[in-house]
Amino acid sequence: MAHTDQAEPTRRDFLYIATGAMGVVGAGALAWPFIDQMNPDASALALASIEVDITPVEEGQSITVKWRGKPVFIRNRTETEVEEAKAVPLDELKDPLARNSNLPADAEATDANRGVKGNEKWLVQVGICTHLGCVPIGSSGDFDGWFCPCHGSHYDTAGRIRKGPAPENLLIPPLEFVSDSTIKIG
Amino acid sequence: MAGHSNYVPQSAAAKWLESRLPVISLVRGSFVDFPTPKNLNYWWTFGGILFFMLIAQIITGVVLVMHYTPSTGAAFNSVEHIMRDVNFGWMLRYLHANGASMFFIAVYIHIFRGLYYGSYKAPREISWILGVIIFLIMMGTAFMGYVLPWGQMSFWGATVITNLFSAIPLVGEEIRTWLWGGFAVDNPTLNRFFSLHYLLPFMIFGVVILHVWAFHTTGNNNPTGVQPKTKQDTVPFHPYYTIKDLFAIVVFMILFAWFAFYVPNYMGHPDNYIEANPLVTPSHIVPEWYFLPFYAILRAVPDKLGGVAAMFGAIAVLFVLPWLDTSKVRSGTYRPLFKQFFWIFAANAVALGYLGAMPAEGTYVLLARVCTVYYFAHFLIILPMLGFLEKPRPLPASISEAVLKGGAGKPAGATAAPDTK
Repeated sequence: MAHTDQAEPTRRDFLYIATGAMGVVGAGALAWPFIDQMNPDASALALASIEVDITPVEEGQSITVKWRGKPVFIRNRTETEVEEAKAVPLDELKDPLARNSNLPADAEATDANRGVKGNEKWLVQVGICTHLGCVPIGSSGDFDGWFCPCHGSHYDTAGRIRKGPAPENLLIPPLEFVSDSTIKIG
Repeated sequence: MAGHSNYVPQSAAAKWLESRLPVISLVRGSFVDFPTPKNLNYWWTFGGILFFMLIAQIITGVVLVMHYTPSTGAAFNSVEHIMRDVNFGWMLRYLHANGASMFFIAVYIHIFRGLYYGSYKAPREISWILGVIIFLIMMGTAFMGYVLPWGQMSFWGATVITNLFSAIPLVGEEIRTWLWGGFAVDNPTLNRFFSLHYLLPFMIFGVVILHVWAFHTTGNNNPTGVQPKTKQDTVPFHPYYTIKDLFAIVVFMILFAWFAFYVPNYMGHPDNYIEANPLVTPSHIVPEWYFLPFYAILRAVPDKLGGVAAMFGAIAVLFVLPWLDTSKVRSGTYRPLFKQFFWIFAANAVALGYLGAMPAEGTYVLLARVCTVYYFAHFLIILPMLGFLEKPRPLPASISEAVLKGGAGKPAGATAAPDTK
């Protein structure tokens, strides 16, 4: 300030600051459309849900469907796989949370909380490794579940992370049975 | 800069232009009359080689864009169209793809030259920092360029790298979605990468101008690290260094041409000749060779956020390097201990590159951790301490003295007649 001897700021000081502040707000408002244009557009959001007929999937088989550009694994698990997953004590899990979009965020990662509600032998999960986004390979790894070839994460038969760098269990997308043979994802 | 030129316009046209825009004296002051230390060795020619590579990449890139289609449905086929149908398309694409590798070979040599001769030290900190910025933009440009052919490695490389941002606490997921423009790497991602891949080289060009401006203000460093004291210590840039740089560029072009014409896919990856498939990840994902040391650092840390932080930290530490090295002596030639640690560091960097290419399991992980710790220890512990512990050898009084006395192994007469102008 040039007027250091003056205790009170002048009207002109106020006008300068107010004008500058308005300029900053204006520049920010103008910048936003340029930033927001990179967010998912209406056509990407429109693909948000799909319906899948699961009749052809026999026990022990898996199919992969595409939802929001990502693979979704739908597995009709065998008795052994379900037993194996149920037998794991919860304190052995690296990620104790179910990561099930259909349950509260703090739900425990029990097998019942991972399978499709009411039909637990069905396991539906986003096939994206929670480490850096590769697609894990089914029926492999040290825990008979999924194995990610990129950085060596092992998931068990309930899609829970057991070994390797991935921090979380495979995500279970929002889903429901719309009929006995059709699952709606998203 | 302009102040270094004794240019006086002679013709009427030159006088007319010079009084309106002094561009002739600017160019002459920067690249003709500019006083350059007379002892620069061939490691210094990599600046010129890099400038050549930047221009080569821009020219081949602009031409490739005339035939490329940035869309997930058409990108892969348009690259094959360039390879098979476009006149000389195969050559242009191979020059551009191998050119990226050659660019990185040259930039790594250039960086290590700066590290050895202390080119980052006062008064050249700004040149160094601008150089690190160029390096960062180069890495971004190369990464996005590799996505454009839309092969399996393009897609999964893009997926892994963009997922790095999801490690950021709180806003990571939102940033990743914002980068993608969707819920996975897809058409919007490809289009924005194409746009930025075209833009960034011109930004590099701009920062290169600043980089040159900065070290033309301070003067070049040189193998002795001693500032030029008299006119006898320097020679004009032209013809001495224009010819020397040009010779080095020609030699470098031989290597470049060998890669482009004889082993054009040696530095690429066969998986990238399979079209991108969002449902299948290749069994072994590796980035391009020039990212391998940083990739090894990423994987060495058994924690997602920690790995990402270490990887970016490995580059961030270069920004503060001018203040980490406490030694007053610039050139490694006069620093007996530093010299040894420099070569250990260089070997360590190569080892990290090797480990980055290996699968992340067993001993490889352990070795990668050791090398990562050493990488940071070099900058954060060894360099700060060396300045206090080391007794440097006596510095020459001037560049001329060093050249005339220390000419071991130089052919007789090569430096016998100092410039007495």
